[in-house]
Amino acid sequence: MRKSKLDRRPPATASPVTGIRNAILQVERVTKETIWDCRMCGQCILHSTGMSCPMRCPKSLRNGPCGGVLQNGNCEVLPDRPCVWVQAWHGSRRLPVWRDHMDHVQKPVDWRLQETSSWENLLTRRDAYAPAGWASPGAEGGPT
Amino acid sequence: MSAPRSRLHELLLSDEFVVTAELPTTDSADPRSVREALEPLRGHVDAVNCTDNSAAHPHLSALAAAHLVADAGVEPIQQFACRDRNRLALQADLLGAAALGVRNVCLMTGDDVSAGDHPEAKPIYDLDSVHLLRIAHVLRDEGTYLSGRRLEQRPDFLIGAVENPFAPPLEFRPVRLGKKIEAGAEFIQTQICFNMPVMRLFMARAGDLGLLGRVPILAGVFVLRTAKAARYLREEVPGIDVPNEIIARMESVPPERGSEEGIAIATEIVEQLRELPGIRGVHLMAIRNEGAIVRVVERAGLLPRPSPVGSVPVG
Repeated sequence: MRKSKLDRRPPATASPVTGIRNAILQVERVTKETIWDCRMCGQCILHSTGMSCPMRCPKSLRNGPCGGVLQNGNCEVLPDRPCVWVQAWHGSRRLPVWRDHMDHVQKPVDWRLQETSSWENLLTRRDAYAPAGWASPGAEGGPT
Repeated sequence: MSAPRSRLHELLLSDEFVVTAELPTTDSADPRSVREALEPLRGHVDAVNCTDNSAAHPHLSALAAAHLVADAGVEPIQQFACRDRNRLALQADLLGAAALGVRNVCLMTGDDVSAGDHPEAKPIYDLDSVHLLRIAHVLRDEGTYLSGRRLEQRPDFLIGAVENPFAPPLEFRPVRLGKKIEAGAEFIQTQICFNMPVMRLFMARAGDLGLLGRVPILAGVFVLRTAKAARYLREEVPGIDVPNEIIARMESVPPERGSEEGIAIATEIVEQLRELPGIRGVHLMAIRNEGAIVRVVERAGLLPRPSPVGSVPVG
């Protein structure tokens, strides 16, 4: 079936997800939702965030905690729960590898990938996409 | 050394200990409300922050306030929170701010909608503060939108960020500061400092990461008026560390002396911050108590402020 010009979805998100693609999606969903309370953003950085899914943060922060973390380490929005970024920090200290990933600047979320398989997106390199402006060089601060 | 992008930039590059303050928000459609709020601060601070729906309450927009402040001859720092707008709207407003004469922006995540008077609202958070810093940097230095599409004219503003040295995980806070600098932050304003030991620890860790001297840091200082306000900050404003000693000091004086004690505490904190290497200035805050901000500036010996005559570029 020829894709309509009005269907602007990237291949990873275009339906129907069937066969092997659907199998990957379902296995990923069940395992990661069970173990990490994964939110299926389709662009997984769990290993870079101490195995604490950043999409569980009510502000969807990908680069660290907001300034509102309570003194007991809980979330300002959900005060009965620990901040996912406090968990990420401690989790990352316990990992034998990828600790330095906590200092990496993570790119903005591609919201089109919601509910798709990050495993498929990793294999197809779909998750390597960043907007052209993001990829441009020379982001270094400090008044000069 | 490149030409200073703003009056604030010029001061940050000088030896001057910089003083900024929070402009009170207004809930008015009258531009005079902003001018009136500004007047007590004029001449006593180097720049004023125009907050972006602070504490998740809508107010007269930060863009309009910053424009009115610039028009009145005072240097604005326009805050941008990621809570209310997606990447299209934020980029549009960054350009718009530059077009209306705003030469300093300060980019942050923003308090959650649950903290405000419209808790049922849809929170946006399309970007986080580090993303927004990088995008502002790309707009200015690459002359493109995030998409890569070219701008006709680049904005020229100094890009600021915030950090909270007092919220867990304390060890990660300086790392996060480093990420913000890498993303494009050129000055930092911190959350309110009541706890000097924690502030010193943060600065020492930032120094270990080689971050001191890479960006000027302006430490946040709040001028208390009552013991009740101190407890309110501790119990109801997320992310603020108010040690017991501060609350005890505010409680030790009769209510009519509260304002004086608050000014004394803030002045002492300013004086200690001044001695801390890497701290290039202070950012003063109060709630409807701008007279007290002026008193702190006065008592800390920070007057007169350097004259801004002829140096504020109004676009």
